[in-house]
Amino acid sequence: MTTTTREDAPLLDAIDPAAATLPPRIVVAGAEAPTAPAATGTPKVDAENVSIYYGAKLAVRDVTLHVPERSILALIGPSGSGKSTFLRCFNRMNDLIPGARVTGQVRLDGEALMDADVSVVELRRRVGMVFQRPNPFPMSIYDNVAYGPRRRGASNRVEMDELVERSLTRAALWNEVKDDIHKKSGLSLSGGQQQRLCIARVLATEPEVILMDEPASALDPISTLRVEELMRELRETYTIIIVTHNMQQAARVSDRTAFFNMGEDRAGYLVELDDTRTLFTNPKNQLTEDYVSGRFG
Amino acid sequence: MTAAGQSQRKSSGRAGRTIVADRVATAVLWGLGAFVLLLLGGIIVHFVLASIGFMSLSFVFGDPSESALGGVGPLLFNSVYMLVLAMLIAVPLGILAGIYMSEYAGDNRVTDSIRFAEEAISSVPSIVVGLFGLIAFVNLTHWGFTAMGGALALTLFNLPLMARLCEQALRAVPADERSASLALGATKWQTIRHVVLPLAIPGIVTGIILTAGRVFGEAAALLFTAGISTPTGYNFANLNIFDHNSPWSPFRPATTLSVYIWKTNSEGLGSFVQQIGDGASALLLATVLIFNVGARFLGRILTRRLTAA
Amino acid sequence: MAVVGDAPVLTGLCVRPAFRDRLDLPRRVVFLAALSMVGIVFILLGFIAWQGVQLFVQNGVPISSVLSPTWSPEDAPVSFGILPFVLATIGVTGVAVLISTPLSVGLALFLSEVAPRRAREIVQPALEIFVGIPSVVWGWLGLTILVPILATNFRWLGFTVGFSWFAGSVVLSIMILPTITTITYDAFRAVPQELRTGSLALGTTRWQMIRHILLPAARAGTLTAIVLGMTRAAGEALAVQMVIGNRPTIPTSLTQPVTTLTSQITLDMGNTVFGAPDNNVLWTMGLILLLISMLSVILIRAMNRSGKRA
Repeated sequence: MTTTTREDAPLLDAIDPAAATLPPRIVVAGAEAPTAPAATGTPKVDAENVSIYYGAKLAVRDVTLHVPERSILALIGPSGSGKSTFLRCFNRMNDLIPGARVTGQVRLDGEALMDADVSVVELRRRVGMVFQRPNPFPMSIYDNVAYGPRRRGASNRVEMDELVERSLTRAALWNEVKDDIHKKSGLSLSGGQQQRLCIARVLATEPEVILMDEPASALDPISTLRVEELMRELRETYTIIIVTHNMQQAARVSDRTAFFNMGEDRAGYLVELDDTRTLFTNPKNQLTEDYVSGRFG
Repeated sequence: MTAAGQSQRKSSGRAGRTIVADRVATAVLWGLGAFVLLLLGGIIVHFVLASIGFMSLSFVFGDPSESALGGVGPLLFNSVYMLVLAMLIAVPLGILAGIYMSEYAGDNRVTDSIRFAEEAISSVPSIVVGLFGLIAFVNLTHWGFTAMGGALALTLFNLPLMARLCEQALRAVPADERSASLALGATKWQTIRHVVLPLAIPGIVTGIILTAGRVFGEAAALLFTAGISTPTGYNFANLNIFDHNSPWSPFRPATTLSVYIWKTNSEGLGSFVQQIGDGASALLLATVLIFNVGARFLGRILTRRLTAA
Repeated sequence: MAVVGDAPVLTGLCVRPAFRDRLDLPRRVVFLAALSMVGIVFILLGFIAWQGVQLFVQNGVPISSVLSPTWSPEDAPVSFGILPFVLATIGVTGVAVLISTPLSVGLALFLSEVAPRRAREIVQPALEIFVGIPSVVWGWLGLTILVPILATNFRWLGFTVGFSWFAGSVVLSIMILPTITTITYDAFRAVPQELRTGSLALGTTRWQMIRHILLPAARAGTLTAIVLGMTRAAGEALAVQMVIGNRPTIPTSLTQPVTTLTSQITLDMGNTVFGAPDNNVLWTMGLILLLISMLSVILIRAMNRSGKRA
């Protein structure tokens, strides 16, 4: 199912002349190297002049960007540049932080999601999130995946079985656990498997957008590659925004990349947003060039 | 299951119902928080109002009387006396036990059984502690009802409580402090004495005050150890502690304020039962509040002094 | 563990520690202080058990008669059946726990999940003050406020409630509320935050998260809290005695006056002669109470041990 070729990796050579030591990029057979799909109509999600405050302190300054449907946008940048904070706007997880305040407009399919009459609960079904450290619930694999749909009232056993199998398959975990999904606890899986379980859990709510906050940073290299492989498959169906501090990962996986940096006022801001290939090989901003070539961060 | 682009407005169907359930739950939980505050406030207000008619210095310090509304002076004195006596026994023992559990105890069966003993003694009902005290400190020793007997009975649950609180306070001292002292060639005991204990003092003091609060209100364990006779005519000038008639001697019956409340109620004699009960309860409540507030206050000051300095 | 190795005092280059240090007096002293607690348990058990069986040994009362429902220590036929007291203790404790648990768990949920910091900083100290209120004061409040309210306000229901099982349970339930609340609150705080965010990020409401994730995860701690509350309630003597009516009958209705094991001991101990059967039976009751508390400590330890394995 996978082919590994060095010829497909001109990006890596451009970033780092010692690219020969980097792991080969894994490409799903049949798919070409990532290109940004042509922008068509309303973007799936977009943010306009979004600033985020923690109390009086500005954390993210004035970000405007949009994400086309069925594409992967990577947010890269040094620590403290506000990437994760910005990511959390899209499913309003910032609401959980006391004192956090978001200004500007955030939209899903053109509909504002910061409005007071928006059901946050419904929003989070449509915009799912995978966290940095896998956090499976202390229940069986089946119950973990079925959790989201059950809370929304789904009870039909046959449909649920199908949904669980579908989600686990999409998350590339089904074959490894299919004999034991009712008894085996989610906590007994390995780190990489746990993260794929968390992805399956999100997929079961049948979202449209998936947010991933450094989804592979707690995983070993092999699990990381599998998760990246997964992302490329998921891109066929979902819109994905991923935060990563691993530039090579962004280059491997995403269609477009946004580079965030921390300003002198310690607030994060968007420096540059472009097709991934362009951002890494021919960035327009000197700061971007410095970051991707490793001169800081 | 659902099509993309479905509205995310709050009114939509299923989501609406779970949100209502969530709101109701939140309201109920807030209600519980308010209930606790209202209950406490209500109790305090009740006692203030109930004691307005007769609370006075002569009530607090005067002698109980058979005919008129007497005071609770000797009872209050006994409560304080019993407190001091009980603490004098339990605090040093508790600190020593806490030192062992924190600094010396290994992960073995002996330590486990000590912990079991700690938990076991603290969950013994106080009336049973009183029964034990009756056998051990009243009958076997032939002392009869004495303050000492009561204090020793109280030690039974003070000791595990003090030991646990001291152990916690000592464990909270960072390991670095100990390492630094040992690296300078001090012995373990010197380290404990000069470094660890001083740093644990705020925690230990808080522990002492909390234990004291518990002791002050105790009654069931004292019924059959310190006695329930109504004391009058204490001659405080008699400083001979070996004289069983002197209020300063530990070998005399010592009815405390809490016991007195129960006794007055159970005997039900005299027309002032209500006032005595209300007044004494109000006094007890006031001391609890003072102990509680004092413990927080003192704890905060001591910690600030030790960390900021 | 805060244990760092011993450092022997070196004199010059001599490595052999001085006798004083080999003796390590401080260590032995503190060890004895801690070990004394174990000794206390044995002595406590021993004395109470000894006196508790005197009813059978010294007075020759057969064990089976103690299980009878008839309490008649003075009138013939003399019977020392303590079943009414045992049932009353179970009943009063049980209803108290039933009343208190939902309130306490709810309060703990409030403190842990719902209350903003300021609200928490007011309610928690209030709870600590509750803990400090002596049991006689609770008994007095029950006596002077609760019982009259119950007696007057329920007459329209057709029965009178005054000094009763119900009054005893209500007073007890408030007394054990802070105990159950604080331990449950600690259990909630121990649940990792990621489980909460995981549920919320999947689009559940806070209440759904509490119901399906938090409460199951904290089940062991909550059960411990309830058992501790139950133990405290069963062992409470004076507060209960003041409101419960003190009638040694088999409890059949919440509104009837009853007597618990603890209440009977406080009532009769002063009126009976040491060594006589009507005194010794009180010691037997005390022994039962002691055994109940020991059993619950063992139960809690067993629960926590199996919880850790899971």
